[in-house]
Amino acid sequence: MTEPAQQSETKAQDKGIEVGISKLDVERIEKVVTGVLKGETGARLKAYVETCIHCGLCSEACHYYLSHDKDPHYSPVGKVKQTLWEMIRKKGRVSPEFIKTAAVIAHTECNMCKRCAQYCPFGIDIAYIISVVRRIIHRLGATPLYIQDTAHSHSVTMNQMWVKADEWPDTLQWQEEEAQAEIPTLRIPLEKEGAEVMYSVIGPEPKFQAQLIYQAAIIMDVAGVNWTMPATIGWDNSDMAMYTGDNELMGRIKRTHFETAARLKVKKIVMGECGHAFRSVYDMGNRWLGWKMPPIRIVHAIEFYYDLLKEGRIKIVKKFDQPVTLHDPCNVVRGGGLGEKSRYVANAICEKVIEMVPNYEHNYCCCAGGGVINCGPPYKMTRVNGNRVKAEQLFSAKTKGAKVLIAPCHNCHSGLHDIVHHYGVGLDIKFFADIIYACMEKPEATEA
Amino acid sequence: MVDTTNWDWSPGEKRIAFGEWAGKYRWVEEPAASPDGETVAAIVNIDEGEFSVCANGEQWESVFDKIWHLRFSPAGRLTALVSETGEWTVAVDGSPWEARFGYVWNPLFSSSGESIAVAIQQDMQYGMAVNGAAWQDTFANATYFILSPDGTRTAAAVQTVDFDSGEIHKFQEGTFSAALDGKPWDANFVNVWSLAISPDGSKLAAEVRINLYEYTIAVNGKPWEKTFSCVWEPAFHPTRNSAVAPVREAGQWTLAEEGSPIWQRSFVQLWQQAFSPDGSRLAAVVAPRYGRWTVAVDGSPWSVTFADMVTDVVFSPDSRRVAAVAKDGEIYKVVADGSAWGLALDMAWQPVFSPDGRHLAAKVEKNGRYTIAVDGRLWDRECQAVWDPAFSPDGSLVLLKSLEDGVYFRRVIPVADIAG
Ligand code: SF4
Ligand code: SF4
Repeated sequence: MTEPAQQSETKAQDKGIEVGISKLDVERIEKVVTGVLKGETGARLKAYVETCIHCGLCSEACHYYLSHDKDPHYSPVGKVKQTLWEMIRKKGRVSPEFIKTAAVIAHTECNMCKRCAQYCPFGIDIAYIISVVRRIIHRLGATPLYIQDTAHSHSVTMNQMWVKADEWPDTLQWQEEEAQAEIPTLRIPLEKEGAEVMYSVIGPEPKFQAQLIYQAAIIMDVAGVNWTMPATIGWDNSDMAMYTGDNELMGRIKRTHFETAARLKVKKIVMGECGHAFRSVYDMGNRWLGWKMPPIRIVHAIEFYYDLLKEGRIKIVKKFDQPVTLHDPCNVVRGGGLGEKSRYVANAICEKVIEMVPNYEHNYCCCAGGGVINCGPPYKMTRVNGNRVKAEQLFSAKTKGAKVLIAPCHNCHSGLHDIVHHYGVGLDIKFFADIIYACMEKPEATEA
Repeated sequence: MVDTTNWDWSPGEKRIAFGEWAGKYRWVEEPAASPDGETVAAIVNIDEGEFSVCANGEQWESVFDKIWHLRFSPAGRLTALVSETGEWTVAVDGSPWEARFGYVWNPLFSSSGESIAVAIQQDMQYGMAVNGAAWQDTFANATYFILSPDGTRTAAAVQTVDFDSGEIHKFQEGTFSAALDGKPWDANFVNVWSLAISPDGSKLAAEVRINLYEYTIAVNGKPWEKTFSCVWEPAFHPTRNSAVAPVREAGQWTLAEEGSPIWQRSFVQLWQQAFSPDGSRLAAVVAPRYGRWTVAVDGSPWSVTFADMVTDVVFSPDSRRVAAVAKDGEIYKVVADGSAWGLALDMAWQPVFSPDGRHLAAKVEKNGRYTIAVDGRLWDRECQAVWDPAFSPDGSLVLLKSLEDGVYFRRVIPVADIAG
């Protein structure tokens, strides 16, 4: 159960919000709110506001609501009532304290996972409404500190983790050297113009998880993929500006990513196991720039592994023998329709896949997505307490025999780690690539 | 520009047995061909941690721990980024610069190819080096490196104020500037992106973010008076020395010069503007409506539009013609003056005009093989690799560089042999 007093204490320490609201007054807030509502939102928001009948059918969809014993504060429509509707009702004349609450709700109590849109009889997309609230919070300068810092990192380096321009190719060369101990002729081809595939990752990979780049290089090499990685900015497909409502910066990051692929003359961009990045390249960022669809084909890692396994380009020597359960990341399964392909991959590489319930597009969010985990340690317990139902869902899969949890998304991975740890679920969490790398056929590690 | 008059323009064929190198090395990397086509070169791996470069079958005398980014400069000098005992530098035709650095990357060439610049990191401080000489001042971070077309000046966005990650409000006060030849502007900004140096070398322009919401162009540290909700990269007029950049207002994009709009209409998107060589015309990639892309010249979009993207806009040397590459679904097209060639391609590279502007050629990929297209017609050879074509000074001949069954070919043939 949650401990509200303690929570609000930790939240009060968010300097991003505190300093932000200290500079606000009602007039300034009114100007920004009306500016965003009149200048940037159109028929869609109007239709949502006019259509919602406050029936509350969306409530049962939300893991926060379910995890808080159906506290209406956490229901999707409740979150909108406490934020945007109040701003509309008061014509933008709300207090700085109100903005503080709105910032906490919009940034840490909604993952923009869109599960609730499936339960609303009118298909009202609460995630979109929350994104409008975040846009207002951004324009007011009251975004939580950690995610704002990440947006600053994007703005300077075009990556999420303040990775400097030399550190990126240097890391790739280091991983190439490491992988050559396993396959002596392996290369991570940098700046190879005209390759079939540009492989792009998210900032934390070179910073903390370089073994994922190593594993990807082995998979690419063994599968004989004609691939490259850029040595310039544009290598990072992640985008926290999408979640802070800094649309202009989101567009800049996506433009850099796509123009890098266009410069390298690749046919497609294969991206690692990340969900929010998929949303940013496949839906949000490209569209803000005027592209209906991504200008260069985007292939998420799940689809890429599916193709490689189906075409026999990588072979599994011995299937992973521990029973696994499979998490469906919202952005690639509900948002990208990759549920079937994800199961094909899981079954191709694992002996036993135990479905969690609910699954596919009805799966519960990890509670890390939507930028919530990026709001940092002050909100860790908001995420963990807000997703007791996930823990219950995982326990149930474990009861059926699952020992390993596959989470093909970085944010899900980290968020589920906290949940598994806090609730003592006792599941080992892996990416698809971890298992593929461990179980695939590789050339003997001898001198070429 | 590179003078091509002294290249060998006699029609005929030269061959180099590139494929044979594979037998001599553990591996041979992607080949590079010199602009005049006389040399083909590749990074070669001799043994674990032993790399060299092989050019026309001759190996460089020097061997390095690691080599990457092998490129010919426009003047035909063969450059690579090389490492020895943990230090990095640039090697030119096999000779490394004397200066060594913690890391080097992002090599840049002047348009004549005589000047070579590179980004450097030394002791976690950042700067640039030109022809082996490093900036005197270095910075805690640097991005968006450029070299002026004449090769005399370098510039980058640089961090001028220390801040730790998490110090968001300090960052928002402005911790970045732009440095010309290593000397930063007096003014700091929240962000500095996409720099440009004026043709006379006197001005440095950059996109700047003044606070989290206001964007504009700064020239020599002074922002335009007007700010915008977003801007893209500035470009200098070739003779007026004034900066022109795409600017966003009320959700639409247009072009502004020194802060004032110069095109009558606005677009859903607008970027990659390019001046004609004589400065009389200005083209840009635009989206006249959501999800449709084309080129606009002096504000007027071509009537033909494409679904996915338009790139590689280029003017003919005589400034009269404009060409670009367009993508529609999975199909690439070459477009000249508003008409797409009738070729559905797997990929197309930036087209090349003949000096008189009469002919247009491009490296293209079709059915997984590479060839050259001239004036909308394909050369009848399907190759493992080709490089950008070049026209003879009188425009009657075309230089073709290709790799076919492991053999590198340099051919000079009449343009009419392909174009008909
Ligand atoms: S977390 Fe998901 S289900 Fe809950 S309100 Fe937000 S979008 Fe809806
Ligand atoms: S289900 Fe739809 S109509 Fe009902 S309260 Fe939720 S958003 Fe409003």
